[in-house]
Amino acid sequence: MSKDTSPSVHIMRSPLGRARGLGAAKSGAAHWWAERVTSVALLPLSLYFVVSVLILKGADHAAMAAYLGEPWNAVLFLLLIGTMFSHISMGLQVVIEDYVREEGKRLALLLVVKGGVWFLALAAAVSVLKLAFS
Amino acid sequence: MAEFSLPANSKIGEGKTYKAPAGAKRVKAFKVYRWNADDGKNPVMDTYEVDLDKCGPMVLDAIIKIKNEIDSTLTFRRSCREGICGSCAMNIDGTNTLACLKPIADVQGEVRITPLPHMPVVRDLVPDLNQPYAQLRSIEPWLQAETAPPPDAERLQSKEERAEIDGLWECILCFCCSTSCPSYWWNGDRYLGPAVLLQAYRWIADSRDEATGKRLDALEDPFKLYRCHTIMNCTQTCPKGLNPAKAIGKIKQLMLERQG
Repeated sequence: MSKDTSPSVHIMRSPLGRARGLGAAKSGAAHWWAERVTSVALLPLSLYFVVSVLILKGADHAAMAAYLGEPWNAVLFLLLIGTMFSHISMGLQVVIEDYVREEGKRLALLLVVKGGVWFLALAAAVSVLKLAFS
Repeated sequence: MAEFSLPANSKIGEGKTYKAPAGAKRVKAFKVYRWNADDGKNPVMDTYEVDLDKCGPMVLDAIIKIKNEIDSTLTFRRSCREGICGSCAMNIDGTNTLACLKPIADVQGEVRITPLPHMPVVRDLVPDLNQPYAQLRSIEPWLQAETAPPPDAERLQSKEERAEIDGLWECILCFCCSTSCPSYWWNGDRYLGPAVLLQAYRWIADSRDEATGKRLDALEDPFKLYRCHTIMNCTQTCPKGLNPAKAIGKIKQLMLERQG
């Protein structure tokens, strides 16, 4: 066992101490519930989006602007964007927490991914608003 | 990152083959994981051919026969041989189960036996379960109540209250479920795993216990509880037919219930 390829663990802390770790963060329930709520909300909203795409098939810029000029459509589009991107953000966070173990790497990746999702969400929302008020 | 391949010194090689005695009619091959810390070698799969006409019906009967008659160095845990002690938990034919409850006839072809997945191996089929044992200790699996028990009787439960812990008290802590859970594989140091969460719910659901809120507080954590993504491997593998995934779902439900 003197080969340096052998796995070695230098931890003297008791198993109970390690199991208790830093204690409970007292969070997670809200995140878990929000994931479920957004996923259910996305069912009708996605259906609405598909119907919109079919209605607007081949539409030009003016027709698109007229469609989003209807307050109902603008609101539903913004709801879809908000729900979808927050769902994406929460889902990706869970994936990263599952698979990226190293603390620094995990934090960096979470910041980059969440920043990217926020950017896309705002870009989409601004596009809808711009068309709606054009 | 998560580990998707074994480290170089854990790669499994081909081991020795022990042929069945001449004249054996019903021969079954058992491929068994062998590793010990002493010889500095990689683990191997040894093949033992067993005469089923001279062997009991369960996988545990076969490995006891191997240890008694073929290779006494084979190391594994066993005790009650009837599915109540949880000692002989191992991975048989790709599924975590108790060797004493697994009929040899259930396995097509050769019987592959490895230790419970993703735990440090002490030797051969013996995993190091210190981590899940400590996690069990961390959820304080005993009755906590400030109300004194009646001086001349037990703490009473109605039949309905008692029924709440059915499907929970039967757990024998073999850890087949926890070691079948990918979330436990990747984050077992922080995620408590299905076996321990089922035990936690066993005390949350017990009408005699008065520490429910404290117990929920100790579980409300993105890693301790919410690494469960309802993969259901736990429920599928449980040799006692219990449903840890459902117990975890109930805990999540209570977390929500107490918020609004």
